[in-house]
Amino acid sequence: MSIKTFLFTFVVTLCCLLPSQEANAADKRLSLSGSSTIAPLISEIARRFEAEHKDFRIDVQTGGSSRGIADARRGLSDIGMSSRALHDEEKAGVKTHILAMDGIAFVVHAKNPIKNLSAAQARQIYTGQISNWKQLGGEDAEMTIIDRAKGRSEQELMTKFLGIKSPEVKANLTCGENQQCLKLVTGNAHAITYLSVGTSEYEVNRGTPIRLLDFEGIPASVATVKDQSFPLVRPLVLITPERLPEEVEEFLNYSLSNKVDDLIKGQAFVSTH
Amino acid sequence: MYRLINDRSIAVASTLAIGVASVVVVLIMLFLGKESLPAISEIGLGRLFSDSSWNPESQGDEGLFYIVPMLAGTLAVSTLALAIALPLGLLTAVYTEFYAPRGFRFIMERAVELLAGIPSVVLGMWGLLILVPKIQQIDGHGASVLAGALVLGIMIIPTIALSSRSAIQSVAEKHRMQTTALGLGRSCSVLDVFIPLSRKSIGVGIILAGARAIGETMVVVMVCGNMSVFPQSVFDPVRTLTATIALEMGYSYGAHRGSLFLIGLLLMLSVLTALLLSKLIPGSSLRGEDTI
Repeated sequence: MSIKTFLFTFVVTLCCLLPSQEANAADKRLSLSGSSTIAPLISEIARRFEAEHKDFRIDVQTGGSSRGIADARRGLSDIGMSSRALHDEEKAGVKTHILAMDGIAFVVHAKNPIKNLSAAQARQIYTGQISNWKQLGGEDAEMTIIDRAKGRSEQELMTKFLGIKSPEVKANLTCGENQQCLKLVTGNAHAITYLSVGTSEYEVNRGTPIRLLDFEGIPASVATVKDQSFPLVRPLVLITPERLPEEVEEFLNYSLSNKVDDLIKGQAFVSTH
Repeated sequence: MYRLINDRSIAVASTLAIGVASVVVVLIMLFLGKESLPAISEIGLGRLFSDSSWNPESQGDEGLFYIVPMLAGTLAVSTLALAIALPLGLLTAVYTEFYAPRGFRFIMERAVELLAGIPSVVLGMWGLLILVPKIQQIDGHGASVLAGALVLGIMIIPTIALSSRSAIQSVAEKHRMQTTALGLGRSCSVLDVFIPLSRKSIGVGIILAGARAIGETMVVVMVCGNMSVFPQSVFDPVRTLTATIALEMGYSYGAHRGSLFLIGLLLMLSVLTALLLSKLIPGSSLRGEDTI
């Protein structure tokens, strides 16, 4: 009994001590805030960075791109995150670094004969003016227009690019996660939705019956997103003060290096390397 | 030697257990209340019922927070699911208890229990891949009230079947001799004696099943289409309260985030109301103590 009691006490004490030791070691703290699009990626990068640099503790908070930019400018966070390019007046006093590129493509079923979509046509589809594939030269079939959940980066980019206000969007269905949208499209020959280019291209390569539509005559692919010739792209930006503190620079260099390319790909973004 | 498990220790342990459970519920309610405060102060409760649509993040413009279509959606899907599951569940209970041949009964009971254990995401997958394309061939875009109600209905059949069966079983054990003595046949005993006598427990089972349907999230996100509009037919897409939380929680902040917590609070209150309502069902409690 006494041995058991001892062991129990020992293990409990050990468990209590271990985390506190680790906490003592973390003397370099970084805080990041901003875009919820970038947050999952930067959190993964931070986890890997922390594993390699035991003395770092990195805190990631979301709150939208505008907040990320404002926080970085006012010094409330060490690094801001923005999933849009900065306006000119926002650039004063800060430095921007492109972490990765994000592009979205309009996606239809592989059986759909339509190959290309213009911005005007996409706008008409998502505002309810086109609802039959015949109107685009396809077969006489009613479209199943699928929108993405509000607040998702895809929805934000699509509506901003096409100049549609969120309440003006007309659709038949809404989907959340990429996989759910893919299943809806593969099960419905008349469906159209929009998805991250990285994810869609990966699915096409593994034989999923979908097609990425050319947009404004430019093929949707990781390559055209990377060289930014594809129109529906946006940069994922990190914002720092002009003069970098040493520990910020260390994490920034790591995030911008090719050591995190697999994480960028894993989140369906496109690395700039 | 001093016995570790005695009456006193059981009393203490069970008190602790119920204490933990109730404290957790209260803490969750407090948490939901606290997190929804920004929404209550910024947009107010009234706008949830009077805005023109659900567009919580409108790029620069003020957001719109109309949740009535989602309330209607939740109500439509779970009511229809109950309408599907109630007769099937009750008949399953009656069959396994009174009509099934001995060997077959064992298999049927295990099948119903297995159905109860299927993870909702698996049912959702089945609904999305099989049911939705089938419904689309009939009418509409596939993802719809009907798809949600069918999958949810299948999901809650076991809840109704198992609770009804245990209720009918206990009543039947008590009164079988009497009905036999009265010369009542099998169908008459079941329909006119056993089921009426166990109506309260069956009612409680239905309420629990309904609460599960209201709270289910994964399935409805996958097969209901998630459009925040009033459905005009069972083939129309619909969005439930739970689906809104699941779809938007990861991408929300400020008043939008608060409004999602407010929806969560609303869901908990509606389940609580349902549970309290179940106390009002007339009839005897679990054991069927009353006479005919």
